[in-house]
Amino acid sequence: MVTVDLFNSLYVFILAAFIGFEVIRRVSPLLHTPLMSLTNALDAIAVVGAIILAGERKSTLALILGTIAIVAATSNIVGGFIITDRMLKMFKSSRTPKS
Amino acid sequence: MIPATHVIEVTYLVAVVLFILSLKWLSSPATARHGVWAGEAGMLLAIIGTLLYRGIVDYKWIAIGLVLGAIIGVPLGNVQMTAVPQRTALSHAFGALCVTLVGTSEFYLRAPNVPAFVMSVLSLEVILGGLTITGSLMAAGKLQEVLPQRPITYKGQNFVNLGMLAVAVVLAVMLVRNPANTHLYPFMVGIALLFGVMMIIPIGGADMPTVISLLNSYAGLSAAAMGFVLNSKLLIVAGSLDGASGFILSVNMSKAMNRSFTNVLFGAFGQVQHAAAGEAEARPVRSATPEEAAAILSAANKVVIVPGYGMAVAQAQHKVRELYDALTKRGIDVKFGIHPVAGRMPGHMNVLLAEANIPYDKLLDMDDVNSDMRQTDVALVIGANDVTNPAARTDASSPIYGMPILDVDKARTVMVIKRSMSPGFAGIDNPLYYLDNTLMLFGDAKQFVNSIVRELTGPGAAHG
Repeated sequence: MVTVDLFNSLYVFILAAFIGFEVIRRVSPLLHTPLMSLTNALDAIAVVGAIILAGERKSTLALILGTIAIVAATSNIVGGFIITDRMLKMFKSSRTPKS
Repeated sequence: MIPATHVIEVTYLVAVVLFILSLKWLSSPATARHGVWAGEAGMLLAIIGTLLYRGIVDYKWIAIGLVLGAIIGVPLGNVQMTAVPQRTALSHAFGALCVTLVGTSEFYLRAPNVPAFVMSVLSLEVILGGLTITGSLMAAGKLQEVLPQRPITYKGQNFVNLGMLAVAVVLAVMLVRNPANTHLYPFMVGIALLFGVMMIIPIGGADMPTVISLLNSYAGLSAAAMGFVLNSKLLIVAGSLDGASGFILSVNMSKAMNRSFTNVLFGAFGQVQHAAAGEAEARPVRSATPEEAAAILSAANKVVIVPGYGMAVAQAQHKVRELYDALTKRGIDVKFGIHPVAGRMPGHMNVLLAEANIPYDKLLDMDDVNSDMRQTDVALVIGANDVTNPAARTDASSPIYGMPILDVDKARTVMVIKRSMSPGFAGIDNPLYYLDNTLMLFGDAKQFVNSIVRELTGPGAAHG
C-alpha cells in the first residue's frame, strides 16, 4: 500500500526533523565544524541502500552504480568519523589539566 | 528462530537511537567524543544488519566497495585542520553522489512501473543530489584555490539559474506523469548537475560558510528523499537530522550576515560583492611597529583577539597561541572574539584555535565579547575585516549595513594586523582603520605576531 507507506514515512520525517531541530539547536557554536562533519558521516548511512543495490545484482547498471555509491558513502563514514574525533580531541578547557 | 528481517529492523532501530544520542552529546565539548562513539556504533550495527539481508546474492562487490571507500576515507579523515572546509565540501559531494547513484539505479530498475509519489520523491532526491554533487565540488575547488575564488557574475544570472531549475522541475513533472519517458531522466539529472556549477559561480569566499551549510542541508534532504523512495525509516531519520543541522547552520550564517532567508534559499549570494565597489580615497591611518604593539599589549589588563580567515591563510594560529601564553603569563586577561561567519565554514576559527591548544573557554561568541568590549584595553584584529566594520552599524548605504559585528572600535585601542590597505575580499572599505584609537600593524600575520611575541619574551622585554 503506497499511501500507507507514504504517511508512515511522512510521520517519521516530521518527527525526526523536530528532534533534529531541538537537539542541534543546543549544540555549542564552538563545535559547529565537528557538527557538520559528524552529521555528514551519519548521513552516509545511505550506504545501506547502496549495499542492497550492489548485493541484489538486479542489473549490471545497478551493480556498477551501487558499488560506486558504496565507495563514496564508506569514504564519508570513515573520513567523517576520523576527522570529527580528531577535532573534538583538540577542544580542551583551561580548567582541566593538560595532558 | 527470529526472522532475519526482524533482526535487521532491530539493528536499524538501535542505530536511529544512537544517531540521535550522538548529536545530543555534541551539545558540550565535555561529552562530544561520546557522540562520535555512539555514531560509529550505530553505523556499524546498521551495516552489519544490512549485510544479513536475504536478498543479497553477491558479497564480492560490496566488500570491494567497502574496502575502497575505507582506503579513500582514511586520508580524507587525516587532512590538516586548515583544509577542513574543502574536505567538508568534498564529503557533501560524496554523500550526494551516493544518493544520486542509488536513485538513478532505482529509477531504471523500476521504470516504467513507478508510482507517481515515488517518482516525485525520486526526482527530488536526484535533483537535490545532483546539484549538491557539482555545487560542493565547485565549492571545494574554490576553497582549495584550484578554481578562481573571485565571484563571477553576469547580467541575468539569477534568471538563467532559476530558469534551469524550472526546466529540471518540468522534466520531473513529465516523468511523474509518465515514467516510461526514460529518455528524459538523463536530462533531468544533467540539468541538476549543471545548475550546481552555475549556483556556485557567483559565490565569493566570504559567503562560503553559508554555502557550505546550505549544501549540507541539501545533502541531508536528498538522503531523506531516498529514504522515502526505499521506504527506509533509518535513512529518513539520518537524512532529516543532517538536513536540520544544515538548515540551522544556514539560518545562523544568514543572520550573522544580515541576509534574509529567501536570499539564502535562492542562492543569491554574490550580490554584496559587486555592489561594493567603494571609492578608495587616501585617508591618513596610524601605523605601529611590533615594538610599539608589544608595549601597548603589555600595559593592558584585558585583551580581546579577533581572528579571521587571514589568520588561517597565514597559518598564524600557533604564533597566536604563543602570544596568548606570553600575555597570560604577565597576568593579562586574554579572550578570543569569534564571529559566526569568521573563516570559511561555521566554527572554523574555533577548530584552528583549539588545534593550537587554546582552551575553549577562552573562545567567546559575538554577544559575550561585545558586552565586554568597553572594558577592553586592546582589541587585536588578526586577518578579519568585514566582521569588524563599524559601517555595518552606522552607514545605511554600506552593503553590509545591519550585519551584526564585533564592536572592536569600542575598545580603548584597536590594533589591526593586515598586509596592506587594500580592501578585503568583499571589496568594502573599513572605516575602522581610520579611527583615532586604531593602529594598523602592516605585515604578514604570522611574522608580525611572531615579532610581538619576541618583544614580549625576549631578553630585552620590558617588564610591566
